[in-house]
Amino acid sequence: MRVIHADLHIHTCLSPCAELEMSPRGIVSEAVSKGADLIAVCDHNSAENAAAVMDASRQTNITVLPGMEVTSKEEVHVLGIFSTPDDATDMQTLIYEHLEGQNDAEVFGMQVVVEADGTVLGYNERLLIGATDLSLERVVQAIHAHNGLAVAAHIDREGFGILGQLGFIPPDLSLDALEISTRMGLSDARSTYSGYSDYTFLQSSDAHVLDAVGRGRTALVVEAASFEELKLALKGEQGRGICYEG
Amino acid sequence: MRIMELKTIVETLNLNVETTRGYLSREVSGIYVSDLLSDVLAHAKEDDLWVTLQGHPNIIAVASMKDLSGIVLVNGRTPEDETLRKANEEEIPIMTTEMQTFNRAGKLYGLLGEE
Repeated sequence: MRVIHADLHIHTCLSPCAELEMSPRGIVSEAVSKGADLIAVCDHNSAENAAAVMDASRQTNITVLPGMEVTSKEEVHVLGIFSTPDDATDMQTLIYEHLEGQNDAEVFGMQVVVEADGTVLGYNERLLIGATDLSLERVVQAIHAHNGLAVAAHIDREGFGILGQLGFIPPDLSLDALEISTRMGLSDARSTYSGYSDYTFLQSSDAHVLDAVGRGRTALVVEAASFEELKLALKGEQGRGICYEG
Repeated sequence: MRIMELKTIVETLNLNVETTRGYLSREVSGIYVSDLLSDVLAHAKEDDLWVTLQGHPNIIAVASMKDLSGIVLVNGRTPEDETLRKANEEEIPIMTTEMQTFNRAGKLYGLLGEE
């Protein structure tokens, strides 16, 4: 068993609010230099750049998981972290069916779909910054139906965090973890949110610029940097877990 | 519903102006009250004054896209620094008030009348 560092919430240039410098190679090399072992690509309501970042990581020791930051109809952000690009793409098909509107790049920013080497494949025309018409419960169910892990994003943030939007975490919502932003430390978060101590806490960067990649991270005690090991760590099973002091 | 200059509304109802003064000459032709951004994107009309409790930066993108005349933050809430910076950049006035939504919207209704 060893300790690895995971940053499971990183945007690419596909997210309208992220900088164009968030290219697959840029993200991977930044994550490597920050000492991350496991990262997840979570763009708003889309996973179209996830495979490109996975491709960009092939010559490195870093593991990249495909993910998505889904906006529920309550405007709560939930991360879906998946095992394979196919699961992420299937989830994306469902999300697109429930996401209305066209992006206005002038107002919200460009949504650039790229290959691993940064070659521009096109621009996503959907309103990715918008909200789906899926309830929070339905989003979590759908993530699980696609073999993914569901994480309530940045619960310490007023805007789009589950506590800011709803004021509480519905007890029957089967979240796999709660994410804390870089504004708060993991140990502070566990005392601030002591009422939710049954949940696993993660810290991630929610990086929209290269410099932020790896600045928020969680130490995991696992056998390897993989989806299956992450899943065990979040559940605290088979000796895997989160190293909150790390 | 009466069309009224934003400046008149601000002065009559004693709203605190958080952004740089000078964008208050816009005419307000309606009021929209909502805390869900997606709902505002779908239903608010141009020149509406938006009453909300959300103070994060995305409200500026929404107001800008819908060409709203301004944003009123209720219940003593204040805009985040980044929200204020973007608001000044986009010239979208942000006002604040201690009143909660019902009372603030009620006063606006009293001033501007029915749709």
